[in-house]
Amino acid sequence: MSNQQKSLLQVRDLTTTFHSKGRVLRAVDGISFDVRAGEVLGLVGESGSGKSITLRSIIGLARDYGTVEGKVYWKGEDLLARSETQLRSIRGSQISMIFQEPMTSLNPLLTVGLQIEENLKAHTELERAARKARAIELLDMVGIPSAASRLKDFPHQFSGGMRQRVMIAIALASNPKLLLADEPTTALDVTIQDQILQLLLSLAKDLNMAIVLVTHDLGVVAQTCDRVAVMYAGRLVETGSVRDVLKRPQHPYTLGLLKSVPENIPPRTPLYSVPGTPPALDALPQGCAFAPRCLKAEDVCMKSKPPLLVIDEGISSACHFLEVAREEVPA
Amino acid sequence: MSSLSYLVSRLLQIIPTFLLVMVVIFLLVRMLPGDPAIAMADAKATEAQLELIRQKLGLNEPFFMQFFYFVKNTLSGDMGTSILLKAPVLDVIIERIPVTAFLTLYAVGLSILIAGPLAFVAALNKNGMLDIAIRSSFQVGLSTPVFYIGLLLLTFLAASLRLFPVGGYGTTFLEHLHHLMLPALTVALYTSAIIMRNLRSAVIEVLDAEYVQFARSKGLSRSVVLGRHVLRNALISTVTLLGLSIGALMSGTLVTETVFAVPGLGRLMLEAIFARDYPLIQGLTLTFAVMVSLVFLFTDMVQAWLDPRLRLS
Repeated sequence: MSNQQKSLLQVRDLTTTFHSKGRVLRAVDGISFDVRAGEVLGLVGESGSGKSITLRSIIGLARDYGTVEGKVYWKGEDLLARSETQLRSIRGSQISMIFQEPMTSLNPLLTVGLQIEENLKAHTELERAARKARAIELLDMVGIPSAASRLKDFPHQFSGGMRQRVMIAIALASNPKLLLADEPTTALDVTIQDQILQLLLSLAKDLNMAIVLVTHDLGVVAQTCDRVAVMYAGRLVETGSVRDVLKRPQHPYTLGLLKSVPENIPPRTPLYSVPGTPPALDALPQGCAFAPRCLKAEDVCMKSKPPLLVIDEGISSACHFLEVAREEVPA
Repeated sequence: MSSLSYLVSRLLQIIPTFLLVMVVIFLLVRMLPGDPAIAMADAKATEAQLELIRQKLGLNEPFFMQFFYFVKNTLSGDMGTSILLKAPVLDVIIERIPVTAFLTLYAVGLSILIAGPLAFVAALNKNGMLDIAIRSSFQVGLSTPVFYIGLLLLTFLAASLRLFPVGGYGTTFLEHLHHLMLPALTVALYTSAIIMRNLRSAVIEVLDAEYVQFARSKGLSRSVVLGRHVLRNALISTVTLLGLSIGALMSGTLVTETVFAVPGLGRLMLEAIFARDYPLIQGLTLTFAVMVSLVFLFTDMVQAWLDPRLRLS
């Protein structure tokens, strides 16, 4: 691949399975993607499509409850081959993660200051006073007013948006090069959503940090991302630059998602929605997982899974009925 | 500060509890069948002698006056004279408080020592062999009557192996530890089963919490995640339960102290009931009520210390 060198993170054939009551559930099914330094990659899909599990698999949090296979290269080294202890030195320092629910993602019993300083203590040599100074600097950076006086406050003394800022401050404490953001704005008011996204973007730019932004909102993708990867039932169905994917989506699922974003429609028009619901993990169809909901589906779709094919420079798609299919994406 | 005002408000709440307990005690004792004068006098006493005793005890006074005197005397530290021991009730009780307090704290300490680590091991091996082994052995502890466990321990550890004395309290701290080992263990086996079950499920629940995932994603060491993030949150519900079981444990001392011949408040209570020693029963009931209130107060303080949302709201 041409941009191999620029890739910060290379995910190859990542597969995460859960074992439940004797059945094997495949939450992430052999996905591959790259994250380049400083870029914002949107990972889009419905609930249960495996987006969050993908993030958790990358930094080894999913190992607790499932089996993670494949390769995740970080600076040329496979993270999945690392032990828990070895991973710990990367988590929170080089790769950080923020979660969806600011209400439940901060420990309610510990002061915000302590929760920031924990990270610094784990990953830096800073002394107590320096850690405190850095914590204030971080709170200030994420836009929390009178930061110094808020270190001793507990999470419940902050509003939802402020808590999300605190979480970002914690995640960025040790200057990570990659931020995994798991629906960071879903739980927030629309006005606050925009502020948080703008904050993330400006921080990413200032700190030269890449972001993998998990979201189910294509509007958010259009606003913030450089590239987008669309997930369905644990597989990637389309990847490409945001401009290409949103302008000329190849996959019927992406098209459906796009049509369900209300835009320039007269009042009282029923919103479009993709018919049906995503398949349950224990009842995945043999062929293309989207086939039962797809308007274009034919016999071949029921029988075999379409591979992710490069259509042209900007876009790859996994559908049996692509207009110009060229070559398979190298794994 | 706010912590202080919380403490004061919580202390003030004890006053109405205390008054209510006084009313209940007063009524209960008067509802007991039998005449205390007869119990105090010997069998050959004449009606005139009985009348004299009643007058001395104030039993001929109107009901409300009796209650008034009861409250007034109690507040001034006068709980009357024990019929059984022929000594001031307050003195008798004060002498015995350390024994029961020691036994209770000892039992609580043992429960925590037994239940805490095992609950963690069980939770971290959820549904594994260790978890199942730990849970089923505690199940046995829970479903066996306390006095039966006590007798078993007495038979094997004290009577046969002679590792522990069969009764008594001793005089030094180490002797206390040695003498009270079996009664404390008997109680602890039961309480620790309750605490273990609760703490285990609390730990399992907290391990799944988003903030624990977030703490792990920060790259914190396992000991920091478990000790600082998991344990503290899991303790909140367990502390409540522990407080409640200490309350139950106090009334349990009636049985334990009798089985193990421990000269504490529980055994005294049983003796007082059999002797129909009204002043002593009243004094002891009040003492138990105050001790339980203090335990609940302490539980609330620990809760507030653990959970900032309680002390700041």
